Amino acid sequence: MLLFDPLKIVGINMANVGINEFKNGMKLLINNEPWNITDVDMVKPGKGQAFTRIKIKNLKTGRVVDKTCKSTDKMQTADVMETDYQYLYADGEYFYFMHPETYEQIEASKEAVGDNAKWLIEESICTVTLFNEEPYVVAPPNFVNLKIIDTDPGLKGDTSGGGGKPATLEGGAVVQIPLFVQIDEVIKVDTRTGEYCSRVKD
Amino acid sequence: MNNDWKPLCSLQVIKQRAFLLSKIREYFASQDVLEVETPILSSAGNTDININSFSAEKIKMDAEKSYLRTSPEFPLKRLLCSGIGDIFEIGKVFRKGEVSKTHNVEFSMLEWYKLNYDYHQLIQDVTRLLSYLFESFELSFSRINILSYNEAFIKYLKLDTNHTSLYKINSICRDNGYSGSPLTVDESLDFLFATQIQPELDKKQLTFITLYPISQAALSQINPDDNSTSLRFEVFFGGHELGNGYQELTNSDELLKRFEQDNKYRLAHNLPLITIDNHLISAMKKNMPNCSGIAMGLDRLLMILLGCKNISNVLTFNAENS
Repeated sequence: MLLFDPLKIVGINMANVGINEFKNGMKLLINNEPWNITDVDMVKPGKGQAFTRIKIKNLKTGRVVDKTCKSTDKMQTADVMETDYQYLYADGEYFYFMHPETYEQIEASKEAVGDNAKWLIEESICTVTLFNEEPYVVAPPNFVNLKIIDTDPGLKGDTSGGGGKPATLEGGAVVQIPLFVQIDEVIKVDTRTGEYCSRVKD
Repeated sequence: MNNDWKPLCSLQVIKQRAFLLSKIREYFASQDVLEVETPILSSAGNTDININSFSAEKIKMDAEKSYLRTSPEFPLKRLLCSGIGDIFEIGKVFRKGEVSKTHNVEFSMLEWYKLNYDYHQLIQDVTRLLSYLFESFELSFSRINILSYNEAFIKYLKLDTNHTSLYKINSICRDNGYSGSPLTVDESLDFLFATQIQPELDKKQLTFITLYPISQAALSQINPDDNSTSLRFEVFFGGHELGNGYQELTNSDELLKRFEQDNKYRLAHNLPLITIDNHLISAMKKNMPNCSGIAMGLDRLLMILLGCKNISNVLTFNAENS
């Protein structure tokens, strides 16, 4: 599979960076999508051409790909910035966020929020990845507290936690919870894994 | 608290490096090979198209600038031409842009020359030295592998480098994970060797790869039995490239031709032109003895002897915190 060819993706007005200047955390533009560099190494025979091996992660899909190019090749960098915004509300079409210091408001599309919509709680601080100054990915806080709106009653008195049952949370997420946790209780969930952490006592 | 000031390796490793250097000197002393020192800064540089030199302010009136050496090869050869006999040097060399888990922009090099040795004899000498050094670190290898460059491609990639095309070899590179701009034949061979062959070489034994293609002869002689190859070899251990040796070119016209070819390539590819070492040309014109020589990276050798995975584990300070 030919994912990209540095010669073909070089644009006119974009910043082209020599691969020999690549560092972890730099963002590349490949097939119009931003990728994050997660590892850089060089392979070079003493008397031969130098090659740079990079590991890159797609910012949207999380797919990780290994690529090797001549160290003298150039590639386009992506205009990507990560900023913390406070989530305000959704109107069915867009999700609205506010910068906590400048009060500047931005709107993120359903595509940008994607599956993470179910974790959004009003006023929570989310990390918004801006690509070409537009919200591209919205990451909720690592942990959120959400109320259980539906689950089987389960067996009273079973506190062993050995088994589990599905629970629907406000926002629509479905997570596995221990049998002893009941409807209307608030639980802490890890949004990166979608796993139950603990009950939250008022 | 900022800990950037601290050495990267332990005192024990610093002592083991000192021990390695003493053992190398012991080996050469036992053979009557003379240790010499030559300049690190020179008004002439290395034209090799794949090696980038650091340059510095000029050190004599009629020069534009000076270069930090990328190996002690040129002054050592001038000493050979002066009739000094067998010599070695241990010293720092510098290569711009070379940073990786096995590269640091400045590194320690051991380079030596043996008069009237052909490259086969030098391979035996390299084996003797390394086996002495391995024993000193209570390690050993039981045999050596010698493969020609083309035999290695046939063995590991089923590719006969004498019968391939630019198109075919580029597509083999892409099949093996290359995704950069199109490669020349030599660049393709470099990619395949470094990523597909070198990691597969015997990890517990020394491997010598001999008879590099004439396009990669560097400063070695043309193979008198096959003018498509050169009398150049490299030595590998544990997946690492350790040294690069030649049965040395002795013809000054051929030497000048190769320097000029390099600069022509540099001009065409927007690389800096390098001031040619005319002292070396004059010396070789006068009297270059038949000899073989090799340059060996001591930091990588120490990595192997100590079982380290990263060159920073054997350096007091690297380019990041020097």
